Amino acid sequence: MHSHQAADFSVLTVAGELDVVGAPELRQQVLGRIAQGDHRLVLDLSGVDYIDSFGVGVVIGALKRVRLLDGELRLVVPERQVRRVFELCDLDRIFKLHETLEQALEGR
Amino acid sequence: MTERPLPMTFSVEIPARADYVSFVRVVVAAAALDWSGFPADRVEDLKLAVSEATTNAINAHHRVGRTDGIHLRCTASADGIEVTVSDRGSGFHPADRQTLPDPEDPARLMHESGLGLDLIEALTDEFELTSDREGTDVRMVVYSDQRRRS
Repeated sequence: MHSHQAADFSVLTVAGELDVVGAPELRQQVLGRIAQGDHRLVLDLSGVDYIDSFGVGVVIGALKRVRLLDGELRLVVPERQVRRVFELCDLDRIFKLHETLEQALEGR
Repeated sequence: MTERPLPMTFSVEIPARADYVSFVRVVVAAAALDWSGFPADRVEDLKLAVSEATTNAINAHHRVGRTDGIHLRCTASADGIEVTVSDRGSGFHPADRQTLPDPEDPARLMHESGLGLDLIEALTDEFELTSDREGTDVRMVVYSDQRRRS
Protein backbone atom coordinates (compact mmCIF):
# COMPACT_ATOMS: atom_id res chain seq x y z
CA MET A 1 0.00 0.00 0.00
CA HIS A 2 1.43 3.42 -0.86
CA SER A 3 0.16 6.95 -1.38
CA HIS A 4 0.96 9.88 -3.62
CA GLN A 5 -0.54 13.22 -4.59
CA ALA A 6 -2.30 13.65 -7.94
CA ALA A 7 -4.30 16.68 -8.99
CA ASP A 8 -5.63 17.83 -5.61
CA PHE A 9 -6.23 14.30 -4.36
CA SER A 10 -4.27 12.03 -2.11
CA VAL A 11 -4.20 8.66 -3.88
CA LEU A 12 -3.93 5.48 -1.80
CA THR A 13 -2.92 2.50 -3.92
CA VAL A 14 -4.11 -0.74 -2.34
CA ALA A 15 -3.21 -4.30 -3.29
CA GLY A 16 -3.96 -7.80 -2.09
CA GLU A 17 -6.93 -8.97 -0.07
CA LEU A 18 -9.22 -6.55 1.77
CA ASP A 19 -10.60 -9.00 4.30
CA VAL A 20 -10.56 -9.27 8.09
CA VAL A 21 -6.74 -9.35 7.91
CA GLY A 22 -6.05 -6.78 5.17
CA ALA A 23 -8.81 -4.24 5.78
CA PRO A 24 -7.52 -2.90 9.14
CA GLU A 25 -4.29 -1.75 7.46
CA LEU A 26 -6.30 0.24 4.94
CA ARG A 27 -8.30 1.78 7.79
CA GLN A 28 -5.05 2.91 9.44
CA GLN A 29 -3.78 4.37 6.16
CA VAL A 30 -7.02 6.27 5.58
CA LEU A 31 -7.07 7.62 9.13
CA GLY A 32 -3.43 8.62 8.71
CA ARG A 33 -4.11 10.58 5.51
CA ILE A 34 -7.10 12.32 7.08
CA ALA A 35 -5.02 13.20 10.16
CA GLN A 36 -2.45 14.76 7.78
CA GLY A 37 -5.21 17.01 6.46
CA ASP A 38 -5.95 15.10 3.25
CA HIS A 39 -9.71 15.17 2.91
CA ARG A 40 -9.87 14.47 -0.83
CA LEU A 41 -8.95 10.84 -1.28
CA VAL A 42 -8.84 8.35 -4.10
CA LEU A 43 -8.69 4.69 -3.14
CA ASP A 44 -7.15 2.87 -6.08
CA LEU A 45 -8.28 -0.73 -5.63
CA SER A 46 -6.87 -1.88 -9.00
CA GLY A 47 -4.52 -4.29 -7.26
CA VAL A 48 -7.18 -5.73 -4.94
CA ASP A 49 -8.15 -9.25 -5.94
CA TYR A 50 -10.52 -9.96 -3.08
CA ILE A 51 -12.80 -7.84 -0.91
CA ASP A 52 -15.35 -8.88 1.67
CA SER A 53 -17.67 -7.08 4.05
CA PHE A 54 -14.74 -5.95 6.21
CA GLY A 55 -13.10 -4.25 3.26
CA VAL A 56 -16.38 -2.68 2.19
CA GLY A 57 -16.90 -1.51 5.79
CA VAL A 58 -13.55 0.28 5.78
CA VAL A 59 -14.44 2.04 2.52
CA ILE A 60 -17.80 3.13 3.99
CA GLY A 61 -15.95 4.39 7.09
CA ALA A 62 -13.57 6.36 4.88
CA LEU A 63 -16.47 7.97 3.01
CA LYS A 64 -18.21 8.88 6.25
CA ARG A 65 -15.09 10.52 7.67
CA VAL A 66 -14.21 12.60 4.61
CA ARG A 67 -17.81 13.74 4.18
CA LEU A 68 -17.84 14.99 7.78
CA LEU A 69 -14.87 17.16 6.77
CA ASP A 70 -16.51 18.30 3.52
CA GLY A 71 -14.04 16.14 1.67
CA GLU A 72 -14.48 13.62 -1.10
CA LEU A 73 -13.74 9.97 -1.73
CA ARG A 74 -13.37 8.42 -5.15
CA LEU A 75 -12.85 4.75 -5.94
CA VAL A 76 -10.97 2.98 -8.71
CA VAL A 77 -12.44 -0.51 -9.03
CA PRO A 78 -11.67 -2.15 -12.37
CA GLU A 79 -11.75 -5.77 -11.14
CA ARG A 80 -15.09 -7.42 -11.89
CA GLN A 81 -15.45 -9.47 -8.72
CA VAL A 82 -14.50 -6.56 -6.43
CA ARG A 83 -16.94 -4.33 -8.30
CA ARG A 84 -19.63 -6.97 -7.89
CA VAL A 85 -19.28 -6.94 -4.09
CA PHE A 86 -19.93 -3.18 -4.03
CA GLU A 87 -22.92 -3.72 -6.29
CA LEU A 88 -24.32 -6.54 -4.13
CA CYS A 89 -24.14 -4.20 -1.14
CA ASP A 90 -25.97 -1.56 -3.22
CA LEU A 91 -23.02 0.73 -2.70
CA ASP A 92 -22.66 1.53 -6.38
CA ARG A 93 -25.58 3.88 -5.67
CA ILE A 94 -23.44 6.06 -3.37
CA PHE A 95 -20.02 5.52 -4.96
CA LYS A 96 -19.17 5.96 -8.58
CA LEU A 97 -16.87 3.04 -9.36
CA HIS A 98 -14.21 4.32 -11.75
CA GLU A 99 -12.38 2.02 -14.16
CA THR A 100 -9.05 3.88 -14.08
CA LEU A 101 -7.20 6.32 -11.85
CA GLU A 102 -7.31 8.93 -14.63
CA GLN A 103 -11.09 8.70 -14.79
CA ALA A 104 -11.35 8.96 -11.01
CA LEU A 105 -9.16 12.09 -10.91
CA GLU A 106 -11.20 13.66 -13.70
CA GLY A 107 -14.46 12.60 -12.05
CA ARG A 108 -15.80 10.80 -15.09
CA MET B 1 -9.21 -33.17 -12.74
CA THR B 2 -10.30 -36.34 -10.95
CA GLU B 3 -13.97 -37.25 -11.11
CA ARG B 4 -14.94 -38.58 -7.69
CA PRO B 5 -18.27 -40.27 -7.05
CA LEU B 6 -20.89 -37.93 -5.61
CA PRO B 7 -21.73 -36.96 -3.01
CA MET B 8 -18.26 -35.94 -1.96
CA THR B 9 -18.02 -34.80 1.63
CA PHE B 10 -15.18 -33.50 3.75
CA SER B 11 -14.85 -31.63 7.00
CA VAL B 12 -12.15 -29.32 8.25
CA GLU B 13 -11.54 -27.67 11.57
CA ILE B 14 -9.57 -24.44 11.65
CA PRO B 15 -8.24 -22.48 14.59
CA ALA B 16 -10.48 -19.53 15.44
CA ARG B 17 -7.95 -17.10 14.00
CA ALA B 18 -8.45 -14.46 11.34
CA ASP B 19 -5.32 -15.54 9.47
CA TYR B 20 -7.03 -18.85 8.65
CA VAL B 21 -9.89 -17.24 6.70
CA SER B 22 -7.82 -17.02 3.52
CA PHE B 23 -6.94 -20.72 3.94
CA VAL B 24 -10.67 -21.55 4.02
CA ARG B 25 -11.17 -19.61 0.78
CA VAL B 26 -8.44 -21.66 -0.89
CA VAL B 27 -9.93 -24.97 0.33
CA VAL B 28 -13.47 -24.13 -0.78
CA ALA B 29 -12.31 -22.82 -4.15
CA ALA B 30 -10.24 -25.98 -4.68
CA ALA B 31 -13.29 -28.16 -3.93
CA ALA B 32 -15.42 -26.16 -6.37
CA LEU B 33 -12.81 -26.13 -9.12
CA ASP B 34 -12.16 -29.84 -8.67
CA TRP B 35 -15.73 -30.70 -9.58
CA SER B 36 -16.64 -30.19 -13.21
CA GLY B 37 -20.38 -29.87 -12.47
CA PHE B 38 -19.90 -26.66 -10.51
CA PRO B 39 -20.40 -23.46 -12.47
CA ALA B 40 -17.05 -21.69 -12.84
CA ASP B 41 -18.69 -18.28 -12.58
CA ARG B 42 -19.99 -19.10 -9.08
CA VAL B 43 -16.67 -20.14 -7.49
CA GLU B 44 -16.01 -16.58 -6.30
CA ASP B 45 -19.55 -16.39 -4.86
CA LEU B 46 -19.04 -19.56 -2.84
CA LYS B 47 -15.60 -18.43 -1.66
CA LEU B 48 -16.90 -15.07 -0.48
CA ALA B 49 -20.00 -16.49 1.23
CA VAL B 50 -18.00 -19.13 3.12
CA SER B 51 -15.35 -16.57 4.00
CA GLU B 52 -17.97 -14.23 5.49
CA ALA B 53 -19.52 -17.05 7.53
CA THR B 54 -16.09 -18.18 8.77
CA THR B 55 -15.13 -14.65 9.80
CA ASN B 56 -18.40 -14.34 11.74
CA ALA B 57 -17.75 -17.70 13.43
CA ILE B 58 -14.22 -16.69 14.47
CA ASN B 59 -15.56 -13.43 15.89
CA ALA B 60 -18.26 -15.39 17.78
CA HIS B 61 -15.56 -17.47 19.49
CA HIS B 62 -13.49 -14.40 20.31
CA ARG B 63 -16.47 -12.66 21.90
CA VAL B 64 -16.86 -15.45 24.46
CA GLY B 65 -13.15 -16.20 24.83
CA ARG B 66 -13.29 -19.66 23.24
CA THR B 67 -10.03 -21.02 21.89
CA ASP B 68 -11.35 -24.15 20.19
CA GLY B 69 -11.76 -24.45 16.46
CA ILE B 70 -14.40 -23.62 13.85
CA HIS B 71 -15.91 -26.54 11.92
CA LEU B 72 -16.67 -26.53 8.22
CA ARG B 73 -18.43 -29.33 6.41
CA CYS B 74 -18.54 -29.31 2.63
CA THR B 75 -20.62 -31.61 0.42
CA ALA B 76 -20.59 -31.67 -3.36
CA SER B 77 -23.61 -33.41 -4.83
CA ALA B 78 -25.47 -33.34 -8.12
CA ASP B 79 -27.43 -30.38 -6.69
CA GLY B 80 -24.39 -28.25 -5.98
CA ILE B 81 -22.00 -27.50 -3.16
CA GLU B 82 -23.28 -27.16 0.38
CA VAL B 83 -21.08 -25.73 3.11
CA THR B 84 -22.00 -25.49 6.78
CA VAL B 85 -19.88 -23.35 9.09
CA SER B 86 -20.39 -24.13 12.78
CA ASP B 87 -19.21 -22.24 15.82
CA ARG B 88 -19.69 -22.67 19.55
CA GLY B 89 -20.17 -19.00 20.33
CA SER B 90 -23.02 -17.56 22.35
CA GLY B 91 -25.49 -17.62 19.48
CA PHE B 92 -27.25 -15.08 17.38
CA HIS B 93 -30.94 -14.41 17.16
CA PRO B 94 -31.95 -13.99 13.52
CA ALA B 95 -34.42 -11.31 14.64
CA ASP B 96 -31.45 -9.27 15.91
CA ARG B 97 -30.10 -8.99 12.40
CA GLN B 98 -30.02 -5.30 11.61
CA THR B 99 -31.84 -3.88 8.65
CA LEU B 100 -29.58 -1.55 6.74
CA PRO B 101 -30.92 1.85 5.66
CA ASP B 102 -31.28 2.58 1.97
CA PRO B 103 -27.87 3.32 0.42
CA GLU B 104 -28.90 6.89 -0.37
CA ASP B 105 -29.97 7.51 3.24
CA PRO B 106 -27.12 9.38 5.04
CA ALA B 107 -27.70 7.01 7.99
CA ARG B 108 -26.41 4.18 5.80
CA LEU B 109 -22.88 5.43 6.39
CA MET B 110 -23.23 4.67 10.10
CA HIS B 111 -23.18 0.97 9.23
CA GLU B 112 -19.59 -0.04 8.57
CA SER B 113 -20.23 -3.62 9.71
CA GLY B 114 -23.15 -6.03 9.53
CA LEU B 115 -22.98 -6.49 5.78
CA GLY B 116 -21.79 -10.09 5.97
CA LEU B 117 -25.10 -11.92 6.25
CA ASP B 118 -26.67 -9.80 3.52
CA LEU B 119 -23.77 -10.68 1.26
CA ILE B 120 -24.07 -14.41 2.02
CA GLU B 121 -27.77 -14.27 1.23
CA ALA B 122 -27.13 -12.46 -2.06
CA LEU B 123 -24.34 -14.81 -3.13
CA THR B 124 -25.94 -18.18 -2.40
CA ASP B 125 -28.97 -20.09 -3.69
CA GLU B 126 -29.88 -21.37 -0.21
CA PHE B 127 -28.96 -19.78 3.10
CA GLU B 128 -30.05 -20.99 6.50
CA LEU B 129 -28.95 -19.70 9.88
CA THR B 130 -29.59 -21.86 12.94
CA SER B 131 -28.52 -20.47 16.28
CA ASP B 132 -28.99 -21.01 19.98
CA ARG B 133 -26.94 -20.35 23.12
CA GLU B 134 -24.66 -23.26 22.22
CA GLY B 135 -23.56 -21.78 18.91
CA THR B 136 -24.48 -21.04 15.32
CA ASP B 137 -24.64 -23.09 12.13
CA VAL B 138 -24.67 -21.25 8.82
CA ARG B 139 -25.66 -23.49 5.92
CA MET B 140 -25.09 -22.26 2.38
CA VAL B 141 -25.71 -23.91 -0.98
CA VAL B 142 -24.63 -22.82 -4.43
CA TYR B 143 -26.41 -24.84 -7.11
CA SER B 144 -24.76 -26.87 -9.83
CA ASP B 145 -25.35 -26.13 -13.50
CA GLN B 146 -27.67 -29.14 -13.62
CA ARG B 147 -29.77 -27.93 -10.67
CA ARG B 148 -29.95 -24.41 -12.05
CA ARG B 149 -31.32 -25.71 -15.33
CA SER B 150 -33.91 -27.99 -13.68
